[in-house]
Amino acid sequence: MNYILNQDAIDQIEETLADELIAIGVHCVFLSDMAGNVVASVDNGTQQPDIYALAALSVANFGATNEIAKLIGERDFTLLFHKGDSESIHFSRVGERFLLCTIFGEGTSLGFVRLKIADLASKVQKFIEGEIIEAVESAM
Amino acid sequence: MAFINLKKKEIQCKIVYYGPGRSGKTTNLEYIYERFREQIKGEMVTIKTEEDRTLFFDFLPIGLGKIQNFDVRIQLYTVPGQVMYNSTRRLVLKGVDGVVFVADSLVDRRKKNIVSLKNLHENLLSYQKNIFKIPLVLQFNKRDIGQNGIPILNEEIMNADLNAKLKAPYLLASARQGANVVNTLKSIIKLTVSAVEQNILQGDNRV
Repeated sequence: MNYILNQDAIDQIEETLADELIAIGVHCVFLSDMAGNVVASVDNGTQQPDIYALAALSVANFGATNEIAKLIGERDFTLLFHKGDSESIHFSRVGERFLLCTIFGEGTSLGFVRLKIADLASKVQKFIEGEIIEAVESAM
Repeated sequence: MAFINLKKKEIQCKIVYYGPGRSGKTTNLEYIYERFREQIKGEMVTIKTEEDRTLFFDFLPIGLGKIQNFDVRIQLYTVPGQVMYNSTRRLVLKGVDGVVFVADSLVDRRKKNIVSLKNLHENLLSYQKNIFKIPLVLQFNKRDIGQNGIPILNEEIMNADLNAKLKAPYLLASARQGANVVNTLKSIIKLTVSAVEQNILQGDNRV
């Protein structure tokens, strides 16, 4: 289903991501839908990764691990975390349609990131579901 | 599913290159990447096996510039064509807005083309999408091989096999040489963007 988000909605999402995550030292955070489209993104100005490629890979990664989840009797995994030497990435499902990806360094605690995201994800989900404008799928 | 970002005034659409294994899906994207290197802002992402076969997908983002004051960004994907990777193909098809079906013109691949098209139909249905309605272009690839004396299927047979009911636009191509690769891309982009525009206009007018 094609959908639209207006400027105010995206501004508010990005403001929330900045206030809750960039403010605690996260380098970059983006929200994508499960088709790989980037909905909103914020970074700390020092790191600007290719978020379009990251979104495509993140969604694919999440989808693949969901298939693993099904094979072991789980409905899905709601979050993933990959640790690097200096940068790490955390993925969290937001509702059924969106994925929140957070990139942070050694100076930011994973526990703190997870705590923030646990609180944030439901707020973002509620907000986005209220603001989304669904286009009519008459052709399909 | 296309996403319209009113803040950035941007439309993001997803186009998937589908088809049997070794039909030339990745070669299409590689040609497009090389040809438009200067205009393409991101890198081409590929996840492949040691034998250079697509394992998960290839991904290439293309900015088209402005259409009706909106920046249009197309995400091109390919899928792995081998039969055993069906769950991966279904994952990559999620949210698809347009499809290029790359068929292999080699005589030996005739059945694989048909099986792959049927597989596309089934995977689209799993997302409540209809192969007869989704923007779709067929590419009959590897036409250059016929010039080397290797038997290839003629256009009429390929249309009868794959396009008798679909009646989709089709092009004869050689991805290796670049023949009609760009025209295939232009064709699917036109259909996809047009479908997205129509879809939006039929819904809410807050664009």
